[in-house]
Amino acid sequence: MSDALVLSWRQYRLERRMFWRNPSAAFFNFVLPLLFLVAGGAILHGKQHDLDRLVPAIAGMSVMSTTFTALAYNIVFLRERGVLKRIRGTPLPTGSYFGGVAANALTNTALQIAIVVLAGRLFFGIGWPGHWDELIVFVLAGVVCFAALGVAFAHAIPNFESTAAYVNAVFLPVVFVSFYVFDDRHAPAFVRNIAEALPLIHLIDGLYGALVSGATLSDNLDALAVIGLWGVFGLFFAVRGFSWESRS
Amino acid sequence: MIASVSEGPAIEVHDLRKRYGEYEAVRGIELVVQRGEVFGLLGPNGAGKTTTVEILEGYRARDGGEVAVLGHDPQRRARALRLRIGIVLQSSGIYSYITPREALRHWASFYPRPRAVEEVLALVGLQEKAQARCRTLSGGQLRRLDFALALIGDPELIFLDEPTTGFDPEARRAAWDTIRALRALGKTILLTTHYLDEAQVLADRVAIVKEGRVLAIGSPRELMSDPAGASHYRVAYRDAAGELVERETDDPTSLLQTLTAEALARGERLEELSVGRPSLEDVYLELTAEEEPRDTSRLANAPRPSDERADDLFAPGRRA
Repeated sequence: MSDALVLSWRQYRLERRMFWRNPSAAFFNFVLPLLFLVAGGAILHGKQHDLDRLVPAIAGMSVMSTTFTALAYNIVFLRERGVLKRIRGTPLPTGSYFGGVAANALTNTALQIAIVVLAGRLFFGIGWPGHWDELIVFVLAGVVCFAALGVAFAHAIPNFESTAAYVNAVFLPVVFVSFYVFDDRHAPAFVRNIAEALPLIHLIDGLYGALVSGATLSDNLDALAVIGLWGVFGLFFAVRGFSWESRS
Repeated sequence: MIASVSEGPAIEVHDLRKRYGEYEAVRGIELVVQRGEVFGLLGPNGAGKTTTVEILEGYRARDGGEVAVLGHDPQRRARALRLRIGIVLQSSGIYSYITPREALRHWASFYPRPRAVEEVLALVGLQEKAQARCRTLSGGQLRRLDFALALIGDPELIFLDEPTTGFDPEARRAAWDTIRALRALGKTILLTTHYLDEAQVLADRVAIVKEGRVLAIGSPRELMSDPAGASHYRVAYRDAAGELVERETDDPTSLLQTLTAEALARGERLEELSVGRPSLEDVYLELTAEEEPRDTSRLANAPRPSDERADDLFAPGRRA
């Protein structure tokens, strides 16, 4: 058992090192959501009501990009390059491998959320989080949910060349519809229904409570339940369809 | 029938079967690999070699038959078994931004008694690239890293699936020396290869596989003198008219006596006189050509829906 934990830690250390050495991974994980934050902040300058909504929305998007997007990319890349197959042939326990990979994703999310919260405090007139417990619970739930969905979604991507198309075909519409409905509760019903069936807007709701509105964790349990359901769905398909090898 | 303890043969395969949809890739393969031997698996594309090896490595589940690898059923994927084997896949990748030294250190941590990283780097000749990012390595250097990663755990049993494909002659010789050194350490090696000379030089025994069955099994020497194979000596020379003459015989001594006596009597010389034994390649060609008269080249088999890569036999540089 302790052996498996040590191996998990070593895998985590390796994943961290590989992450920082890959400039494009660092860009997509960190720079892109921060660009959104800076651009949105500039446009909405002086409108505190809008800034209050911008910061949690970007935080939610950051959770999705550091887990769903990053893992779908990584898993497809490693699968198509034959790295996963090679790892499969070693005594490294599967749990240790994925423990390291998941911890790596969680670290990126935590760093990103820290940056967004700090920027909210320093530049966008938002105080320190009102409910740290709510923030931690929603970030963790979001990580589990979107990480599982990212691994599950990797099964649907046939080769590395098409990864960007597949990932963005999901990521961008989900982000746009969730942002839109989160910002405008008078959005058309069918758009609202779509957004509310998806997990991202519920994550943003939870983060909004933790960071801005003061709504507590117990106020947002239904939002947490939707994220949980998507998490269970994601975990089921992540495990069930997992492929260690390229199909080509 | 198959030993379940860790004594006994390294690999036992009995009536192994595997199908992909309608296509039966492996149709009752039988083989035993003894501990400490280098065993070669030969056969044309689509013969079922890689399917067989990947079943032994634990990558695929079989549809029938019995398999024991170091006393384990590989399908169960016991960690205890994976601690004792090393795998060089036909093709596999590595992280782009890792260095060979880092990769070996990381892989070494999977095993209780790994070999020293620097020693393995030296063994495969990667010391000078030890600090380079893997994305900058050449195909041949990456192949040597494949070797190194398979050896770092000091495994008892090593699977090598076409380990030298794409190597230049010098690198091939170096790889052969490595394999010989492993054999001298008492390791068991299962070698799949496209190169018959490689099997002939390295393997203690070989199995020739075609269409999912073993056609012949034995030491290269046994196969070359098998009555079913090409059992003859080949005597060749250039006659007075400059024509190359080839004669096959079971008794080269008396044929040479006759030829040389006649030549001397005529006051001629037998230019380029040579006596050759059939190579493993001759035996292989003879065996695999049977039942396939339409196939004129005898090696260019029609593509089959199989696990084997669609490459040609004897196509060096396939993986640049």
